[in-house]
Amino acid sequence: MFGYIIRRAVSGILVLLATSVAVFALFFYGPSNPALAYCPETRCTPERLANITESLGLDRPVLEQYGGYMKGIVAGNDFEAGAISIPCDAPCLGVSFKLRVDVADYLLARFPATLSLAVGGVAIAVTLGTALGIFASRVRGTLADKLIVGSSLVINAVPYYLVALLAFLYLISEWGIFPQSGYVSPFTAGPISWAAGLLLPWLVIGITSSTQYARFSRGSMIESMNEDYVRTARAKGLSDRMVTLKHALRSAVVPVVTIMGLEFAALLAGTIFTERIFDIQGIGKTALDAIGTKDLPIIAATVLIAAAFVVTANIVVDIIYSLLDPRVRLS
Amino acid sequence: MTQPEVAAAPASTDGSGQRPILEVTNLRKYFPVQSAGVIRRTIGHVQAVDGVSFQVEQGGALGLVGESGCGKSTTGRLITRLLDPTSGSMKFNGREIGNLSNKQMLPLRKEIQMIFQDPYSSLNPRHTVGTIVGTPLRVHKMVPDKQVLTRVKELLEVVGLNPEHYNRYPSEFSGGQRQRIGVARALALQPKVLVADEPVSALDVSIQAQVVNLLQDVQKEFNIAFLFIAHDLAVVRHFCPDVAVMYLGKIVEIADRETLYARPHHPYTQALLSAVPDVKQAAIGGRRERIRLEGDVPSPVNPPSGCRFRTRCWMAQDICAKQEPPLLQIGPKHKVACHFAGEYGAMPTSPITLDALGVDQHGTPVSGAAPSTEDLIKPGFSDAYTNLETHKSSSERLVGDRIVDDPKGEGTATEK
Amino acid sequence: MTEASNFLTEQNAREADQRRADGPGFEGPYLVVENLHVSFPTADGTVQAVTDMSYSLEQGKTLGIVGESGSGKSVSSMAIMGLHDMKRTHMTGSIRVGGREIVGLSNNKMQSLRGGEVAMIFQDPLSSLHPFYSIGSQISEAYLAHNKVSRSKAKAKAVEMLDRVGIPQARSRVDDYPHQFSGGMRQRAMIAMALVNDPKLLIADEPTTALDVTVQAQILDLLQELQRDFNSAIIIITHDLGVVAEMADQVLVMYGGRAVEHGPTKELLTHPEMPYTWGLLSSVPDVTADTSGRLIPIPGNPPSLLNPPSGCSFHPRCPHRDKVPGDLCRTELPLLVEGTRGPEHLKRCHLANPDMIYETEVLPEIAPDLVDLTVADGADHVAPENR
Ligand SMILES: Nc1ncnc2c1ncn2[C@@H]1O[C@H](COP(=O)(O)OP(=O)(O)OP(=O)(O)O)[C@@H](O)[C@H]1O
Ligand SMILES: Nc1ncnc2c1ncn2[C@@H]1O[C@H](COP(=O)(O)OP(=O)(O)O)[C@@H](O)[C@H]1O
Ligand code: SF4
Ligand code: SF4
Ligand SMILES: [Mg+2]
Ligand SMILES: [Mg+2]
Repeated sequence: MFGYIIRRAVSGILVLLATSVAVFALFFYGPSNPALAYCPETRCTPERLANITESLGLDRPVLEQYGGYMKGIVAGNDFEAGAISIPCDAPCLGVSFKLRVDVADYLLARFPATLSLAVGGVAIAVTLGTALGIFASRVRGTLADKLIVGSSLVINAVPYYLVALLAFLYLISEWGIFPQSGYVSPFTAGPISWAAGLLLPWLVIGITSSTQYARFSRGSMIESMNEDYVRTARAKGLSDRMVTLKHALRSAVVPVVTIMGLEFAALLAGTIFTERIFDIQGIGKTALDAIGTKDLPIIAATVLIAAAFVVTANIVVDIIYSLLDPRVRLS
Repeated sequence: MTQPEVAAAPASTDGSGQRPILEVTNLRKYFPVQSAGVIRRTIGHVQAVDGVSFQVEQGGALGLVGESGCGKSTTGRLITRLLDPTSGSMKFNGREIGNLSNKQMLPLRKEIQMIFQDPYSSLNPRHTVGTIVGTPLRVHKMVPDKQVLTRVKELLEVVGLNPEHYNRYPSEFSGGQRQRIGVARALALQPKVLVADEPVSALDVSIQAQVVNLLQDVQKEFNIAFLFIAHDLAVVRHFCPDVAVMYLGKIVEIADRETLYARPHHPYTQALLSAVPDVKQAAIGGRRERIRLEGDVPSPVNPPSGCRFRTRCWMAQDICAKQEPPLLQIGPKHKVACHFAGEYGAMPTSPITLDALGVDQHGTPVSGAAPSTEDLIKPGFSDAYTNLETHKSSSERLVGDRIVDDPKGEGTATEK
Repeated sequence: MTEASNFLTEQNAREADQRRADGPGFEGPYLVVENLHVSFPTADGTVQAVTDMSYSLEQGKTLGIVGESGSGKSVSSMAIMGLHDMKRTHMTGSIRVGGREIVGLSNNKMQSLRGGEVAMIFQDPLSSLHPFYSIGSQISEAYLAHNKVSRSKAKAKAVEMLDRVGIPQARSRVDDYPHQFSGGMRQRAMIAMALVNDPKLLIADEPTTALDVTVQAQILDLLQELQRDFNSAIIIITHDLGVVAEMADQVLVMYGGRAVEHGPTKELLTHPEMPYTWGLLSSVPDVTADTSGRLIPIPGNPPSLLNPPSGCSFHPRCPHRDKVPGDLCRTELPLLVEGTRGPEHLKRCHLANPDMIYETEVLPEIAPDLVDLTVADGADHVAPENR
C-alpha cells in the first residue's frame, strides 16, 4: 500500500510538471506580452516596457525562466523589481507584482474559506443525494421515483450560476430569509457566525449537486439490487433492510465515491460563481479577480493548485476503492 | 475452390497421402504478467500455450479439448494470427505464417477463418446481416461489387437462413441463427481452414445439433479443414476424427478418436472421460467408474515442474516432478505425454520414457545417453513408434539400479 | 384462452387431489407444488413463465428438472424460495413446504423459511457471492440469520462447513474473498452456505453448468454424499440429461413453461413418451455413440412465452404431430396424464402409442446399440393389456 502511494505520488508529480509547463507556456508565452500588464497604460513608454521586461526576467532564455520558476517552488526565490524586493519562500508560486505579495501566502490565506465551502457543500450533496437515490431505487417506477428523477433533471438543466444568483437575490437580499453570506473564521468569529455566513452557499451547492448523486446512486442501487449476490443474500433469509444496506449498498457506493472525489477536488480549487455571488473571499474569487487584473502569477498558481487537487483526489479515490473492494489490491 | 493436392508428401505424413494444410510445431504463447503502477514491470508469464505441435489435414478435423484456461482458444487465436506467437512454427500449406507481418498476412487471412463462441457479442448489432457477410467479400475483393448481394444471398442459403433476410439486424435472429450468420461470414472468404472456438457451447441443447450438422455439411461441401475447440467431449468426438487433449498449455494426448475415447493412455484423459455424465449408461443402470481428481488446475503462471498434471495425478512418482514427459508416439496414430502411460488399470510400474529422455528411474540424466528431443516435438505421426507391449519387457530390465546403456534398443519397435 | 385454461386447471387440480388421496396424505411428500402459475407483466405483454405445474418431492429424494433455457426451470424453483419480486410477478396455485402453504405468505414469514428449511445454490458461483465480503462472513451470516449465537460461534460453524464440503485448510481459507477461490471451490462455498442450517430441501439451479467436467464430477459427488448425510430433498435443475441421469430419482421435463413429462429417472430415460424428450435425447451426442451418423436436431426454435403456440406448445417443432389424427396437436393442449406405462410416468402428448414409435423409429436412430437392451428391459414393465 505504501509503495503504491509513493508510485502514485511520483506519477502525480509528473502530471503536475506537465501542467506547469503548459501553464508556463500559455501565460508567459501566450498572445499577450505579460510585461504589458505591468506597464501603466497611459504612460507606457518603450523604455519602460523594456525595463519591466528585464526586471521580470522575460528577456532571459525560456529554459532559464522555467528553471527559475521551478527552483522557486522547491527552494524559494526572492524577486526584485527596481527598488522593491519581495521575499518568496518555498513553495514559491511566484510573486504578484500588482499586489506585491507572495502568491502562495496570498492564496493560503484564502484557502480556509474555500475549504469550508467545499466540505459543507459536498457533505450536504452526498447525504441528500444518496438518500434520495436509494429511496428512489426502492420505489422504482412509482410517482415518488419519477418526481425525484424528474426534479433532479430539471435542477440540472438550469445553469448553476442562475440558481446561485436567484437564491442570493431573493433569499438574502430581497426577503432576508438567510443571513448575509460571507466567510469569517470559525476560530476568531465563532462557529455560529461562520456557519451562518455559509449556510445558503452550502445549500445551493448541496442541492444542485445532490441531483447527480441521486441519479448515480439510484442507478447503481438498481443495478446492484439485480446482482446475483443480492439474490443470494435474500435466499439466505436476510431481512430486506440487511439485504439493501449491507449487500446492495456496499457495492453501489463505489461509483458514488468517484464523483465525490472529483467534485470535492473541483470545489477545493475554487468555485468561481459561488464565491463571486455570495462574496466569499476564497480561491475562486481570487482567481476571478486575478483574471480581471491580468495578474498572471496568481492565475498560473490557481491552475497548478487545481491540478494538484485533482491528482490528489484521484489517489485518495483509489485508496478508498481498495478499502471498499478487496479485489482491488494496491501493489 | 478445391484444388487437388499432388505435391510430394513431406517427411511427416500419417501415411494416408494427405498433405497437412496446417502444421504447427512447438508453438508457444506467453502472456506477460505485469505489475500495477506507473512503471509496469513484467513479473512473470502466463504460459498459455507451451510447445504444442499438431497438424490438420486438408478437409480434416482436429478437436482440441481440455478444461477452462488450458490454452485452447489461445491456440486458435494464434493460428488465425489474432495473436502473435512467442515462438514456434505454423505452416499453412507448407508456408511459414508464424512470422509474417500483418501486411504479408493479409492475403492469407481469408484462408484461415474463425467462428466464435458467443453468437451474441461477435456480430455488430448495428450492421445488417448483408453488411456483416458482405464486408469480407468486399474487403478481399472476392466478387465484383455488383455481385456482392447475390453472393451474400447464396451464402445465407448455404447456412440455412432465408436469403431474403439479408437486410435484417442480428438482434432479430435467435442464438442458433446468429451462429449461422457467423458461419456464413466465415464461409464468405472460402477459407481452407476454419478455427471453430466453442461454436455450440453458448447455444441451447436443442439448437446445438443444428449447428453441428451445418458445420459438418459445409466441411464436406467445401472441403474445409477444422480446428474444433470445445470442452464438450461428446461433441468433439462426434465432429473430429482426430482429437488432442490439452492440459495447462500442453498437449498431453493426441490420437484418432476411436483410440482416444476407447483406450485413453494418459491419466488426465482417463479422468476427463470418466467425469462426463452419460445418459445412456446411467439410464440402463450401468454407471461407469468415475475417477475422482483432487483439487483444481494449477495456475499457468507457475505451472508445476516436470509433468504439469502431477499435482492431481494418482500415478505420480518422483520422476514426474523432475522430468517433463515427452509426447511419445505409442501407436500408429496415438501420442501420449506420460511417464507411465497405459490403459486405465493396467498402467506400467516403471517409466516408459526413460529411453527417449536418457534418464534413469528417478529422473536423473544418464551419462552417455543420447536423447533425441528433436523428433519428439514434430507434429503428425511417424511410421516408427514406441511399442508399449515390447517396451514392457525392456523397461523391466531397467528396474535394477544399473541402466542398460541401450537408449534405442528393443524399446523402439518399427512397425509397418 | 382463459376459459380453456381454467377448465384444464380444474382438471389437473382434480387429478392432483386424486394423486394426493392415494398417498399417505400431507405427512408424505415434503414439497407439494400444485397448479403453479407464474407470470410477469412486461411492457410487451405478459410472460407466462410457468404454467400449471404440479409435482411433489419426498425427503431424501432428488428431482431433476430439465429443459432448454427459458423453459421456466429457474422461475418455478425460485417461487418455492419466494424469491420473486411480488410487485412485478403474478403467482397463483399452491406450494406447500412441510405442510405450510407459502404462496401468498408475507415476506417476513418467508424470510425464516428461506435459507433455513429451504436453501438454494445458483449457477454462477462467482457472481452469486458478494465480492466485498469474505467467504467466512457470508457463510456465518447465513447461520446468524437463523440462529441466535455469537459471531465467533458462527465463524466456527463456517469453518466446520467449509471443511465439510472439502475445502482444504478451511481454517486458514475462511477469511479469503471469493476472488481468491477457484470456480470449484466457490461452488463448494455456496453449498456450504446453503447447508449451514441443515435445510430439508436444497434447490440447486444449474450448479455445475459453469464448471469444468472434472470439477462438475466433484460437485455432483459432494451433493450426493451430503444428501446421504442430511437426508434432504434435492431439486437439481439442469439442461444436461447426463447430470439428471446420475443424480435424480425423478425427472421432470419442462417445455415452454409447462411440465411435459414426469416420471422415475430410469423409466423416463429408457422409455420416454414425449417427442420433446426424444428430441433432447437425440440431439446431444454422447461419448459412446456411433460417430458416422448425423445428429438429429430438434428443428426450429424454442417457443415465445409472450405468444405461446396454440394446442401443444411443441407442435411447431414436433416431427410426430402428423401421427395424431385430426389437427389435435395444433388445436388442443394435451393434459399431463398417465401414459401407457403406469401411474408414475406422466406425459403431455396426444400420441396414442408413444412407446412403439420410440422403439421402432427413434431409438434405432439415436442408439442402435441400446435397442435390444431396452426392449428386453421394457418387456417386464409393460402391462400385458398394452402389448
Ligand atoms: N490476453 C491475455 N493476457 C494474459 N493472459 C491470457 C490472455 N489470454 C488468455 N490468457 C490466459 O491464458 C490461458 C489460456 O487461455 P485460453 O483462453 O486459451 O483458455 P481456453 O482453453 O480457451 O479456456 P476456456 O475453455 O475457458 O475457453 C488462461 O490462463 C488465460 O487466463
Ligand atoms: N422478472 C422477470 N420478468 C420477465 N420475464 C422473466 C422474469 N424472470 C424470468 N422471466 C422469463 O421467464 C422465462 C423462464 O425463465 P427461467 O425460469 O429463468 O428459465 P430457465 O428454464 O432457463 O431457468 C424466460 O422466458 C424468462 O425470460
Ligand atoms: S507423467 Fe506422472 S504425473 Fe504426469 S500424468 Fe503421467 S504419471 Fe501422472
Ligand atoms: S401432442 Fe402432438 S405436437 Fe405435441 S408432442 Fe405430442 S405429437 Fe407432438
Ligand atoms: Mg476459450
Ligand atoms: Mg435458469
